[in-house]
Amino acid sequence: MDEQTPKPEPSIFERMRNRLTPDGVPADERGRMRMVMESLVLHIHPAKTDVNSMKWTYTWGLGGLSALLMTILGLTGIILINNYTPAAPQAYLDILEINSNVWFGELIRNLHHWSANLLIVVAVLHLIRVFVTGAYRPPRELNWLIGVVMLLLVVGANFTGYLLPWDQLAYWAITVGTSIISYIPLIGQWLMQLVLGGPEVGANTLLNFYSMHISFIPLAIFGLMSYHFWRVRKDGGLTLPKSSKQLDDPKPERVTTIPHLVNREFIFALGWSAAILLFAMFVPAPLEGIANPALSPNPAKAPWYFMGLQELLLHFHPLIGAIVIPSLAIIAIFTIPFFDLNLKSVGVYFRSQRGRYLTALAIGISLIATPVWVLLDEYVLNWTLWLPTWNTLISNGLIPLAVILLPVIFLDDWIAKKFQADTEERALFNAAFLFTAFIVLTLIGIYFRGPGMSLYLPWNMPVVVH
Amino acid sequence: MTDTQSPNLSRRDFLKIAWAFFGGVAALETAGVFLAYLQPRLAEGEFGSVITAGLVDDFPANSVTHIPNGRFYIVRIGDGGFLAVYHRCTHLGCTVPWDQTAQKFICPCHNSQFDQQGTVENPPAPRPLDLFALAIEDGEVKVDTGNLIQRQTYDMAQVVYP
Ligand code: HEM
Ligand code: HEM
Ligand code: FES
Repeated sequence: MDEQTPKPEPSIFERMRNRLTPDGVPADERGRMRMVMESLVLHIHPAKTDVNSMKWTYTWGLGGLSALLMTILGLTGIILINNYTPAAPQAYLDILEINSNVWFGELIRNLHHWSANLLIVVAVLHLIRVFVTGAYRPPRELNWLIGVVMLLLVVGANFTGYLLPWDQLAYWAITVGTSIISYIPLIGQWLMQLVLGGPEVGANTLLNFYSMHISFIPLAIFGLMSYHFWRVRKDGGLTLPKSSKQLDDPKPERVTTIPHLVNREFIFALGWSAAILLFAMFVPAPLEGIANPALSPNPAKAPWYFMGLQELLLHFHPLIGAIVIPSLAIIAIFTIPFFDLNLKSVGVYFRSQRGRYLTALAIGISLIATPVWVLLDEYVLNWTLWLPTWNTLISNGLIPLAVILLPVIFLDDWIAKKFQADTEERALFNAAFLFTAFIVLTLIGIYFRGPGMSLYLPWNMPVVVH
Repeated sequence: MTDTQSPNLSRRDFLKIAWAFFGGVAALETAGVFLAYLQPRLAEGEFGSVITAGLVDDFPANSVTHIPNGRFYIVRIGDGGFLAVYHRCTHLGCTVPWDQTAQKFICPCHNSQFDQQGTVENPPAPRPLDLFALAIEDGEVKVDTGNLIQRQTYDMAQVVYP
C-alpha cells in the first residue's frame, strides 16, 4: 500500500530553489569543472587553472581589482543619478543635499569618488605589471591595445565626473583642462567649443559631460572589459611567471578553478571592498564653494592625474607641452607590442638580472635629474628672455625640448655600450626613466606648486584667502 | 569568377565599389548630423549675443570697467578710445582680474600679466587678451560677444572712437 502513495509534490519554493542551483556545488572535480563551463559568469575562467598563474606576487591581482572598482563605480554611480540634476547651479545644491540630507548619501558619494581615483592608480599599476613582465607580446598585443583604450576611457570618466559637483575645484580644473584642447593646430578652438558646448564652461558643458559620464564612457568600458577578459582566455590564459635564472617553462600544474581560483578571487574582492568601504566612511570627498565663473582661485590646478601635464605646460610652449609630448607618449605606449618582440623573457619581471639593475639605475637617475631640470628651468633658463625676437614655439618649445632629449638619447647610447643592453632592456630603461620623470613632475605639481604656480616647499605653502 | 584581364569593370566589382562608396557617404552624413547636433547652443540676451555695456559717458578716459555678464572689460584708453577685452586668460582660460594699483591684468592661475590694452607683459600667455567687436550706436556702447577677435599684437586699428 505504501508503494501506492505518490511521492509528495515538491513545494513551489523547493522547485524554485532546485531551478536556481540544481545540485549545489558538486563534490567531485569533474562536476565542478562542468559547473564552470556551464555557467555564464564563471565561463570567463577555464575549468582548470595553472597554479603558477595564480601566484599573488605575479599579477598582484591588479586587473581583478580594476574590475572590482569598475563594479563599485557602476553601482554607486547608478544610485547617485537618483539624487543629482545636471544643471547649474542645481548640481551643487544636490551634492550638498546628498552630503547632508540623503540616507548614506555621503558614503555613496565618497565610495564613488575614492574608487574613481583609486582606479586610475590601479589601472596604471596593472599596465606597469604587464609591461615589466613582457605580457603584451604576441599573441597578447590586441589585449594590450584594448587595455590602453580602457585606461584612456577611465581617465575620461574621471575627468567628466570631476565637473559634476559644480564647485570651484571642478569649475576651474575643467576650465584649465579643456583649454589645453584649444592649442591643437587648426581645429583646436572649434573642438574646445564643441566639447564645452559654448565658449566657456557653463550649463551646456555640465550637460555634455554628464551625458558622456553616464552613458557612452561606462558602456564602452564595460563592453571592452568583457572583451578584455575573453581575450585573456583566447590568448591561452595568463602569461606564466618565471625566474630570470630558469627561462624554461615551469612544470605546469593545473587545479580545478572551483574552488582554487574562485575562492581566492572572492576573498580578494571581499578584502578590498572592506578596505574601500572603511576608507570612504572616514575620508570625505572634497567639496569647495559653488562654481563662480568670475573668480579664479589662486592657484587653479588641474585634477591630480593631469598635474604632470600641467607641469610640462609651465616649461614648454603649450603646443609642445600639451599636444606633442603627450601624443608621442600615447603613440609609444600603443605601438610597444609591435617593436619589442623577444618572446624569451615573457613572464620574467624586468626581463633579466641586467634588466632589473638597469631599471633601478633609470629610476635613480630620473629621481635626481627631473627635479634638477625643473629647478634649472624655473630659476636659470629663460629662453624667451634670451632670444626675444624668436618665435616662442622655438624659444619656449623646440629648444627646451632639445635640452631634455639630448641627455635621454645620450643615456640610451651609454647603457647600450657600457652594459651591452639589448633592445628590450633599452626599452625598459627608457620607459622606467621617462615614467619616473612623469611621476616626479606629477608630485611637484601636486605638492610643490602654490599661488601663481610658483615653487614652494609643501610645509611653507602660503594660503591665499579670497 | 572575376576576369582580371578585362578592361571593363565586372558587375561584381562595380557593385562592390558602389556599395563602399554609398556606405562611406552615409557614414560621413551620419557623422555630420552628429557634429551639427552637438554644436554649441546659444541663447538670446546672454553671453554670445550683443550686450549693451552702458552709455559712452559712463566710462571716463583711462578706465577699466568689468561687465561680468558679458565676460569682458570696457577699456577706455587715455585718448577716449574704446576696447572690449575678453576677461578670459589666453593661457588656459582663467578669469583675469584688473589690478587697479599695479594698472595691469594679473592672472591668478599661472601669473600671466597684461597691460591696459591687453598686451602680454609676462608669459606663459602666448598672445594678448582677446577682444570682442565693439560698436557705438546712439551714444551706447554695444559689444558683440559672439564675435571674438584673436590678435597677435595691439594696434590702433583695434580701438573704436565715439
Ligand atoms: C569608470 C567609471 C567611472 C569613473 C572613473 C567615475 C568618476 C567620477 C568622479 C571622479 C566623480 C566626481 C565625484 C565627486 O568628487 O563628487 C563622479 C561623479 C558622478 N558619477 Fe561617476 N564615474 C564612473 C562611472 C559612473 C557611472 C557608471 C555612473 C552612472 C551610471 C556615474 C554617475 C555619476 C554621478 C551621477 C556623479 C555626480 C555625483 C557626484 O559628484 O558625487 N559614474 N564620477
Ligand atoms: C579597466 C581597466 C582594466 C581591467 C578591468 C583589466 C582587467 C584584467 C584582468 C582581470 C586581467 C587578468 C590578469 C591580471 O589581473 O593581471 C588582465 C590581464 C591583462 N591586461 Fe588588463 N585590465 C585593465 C586595463 C589594462 C591596461 C591599461 C592594460 C595595458 C595597457 C591591460 C593589458 C592587459 C594584458 C596584456 C593582460 C594579459 C596579461 C598576461 O597574460 O599576463 N589591461 N586585465
Ligand atoms: S590661465 Fe592665466 S596664466 Fe594660465
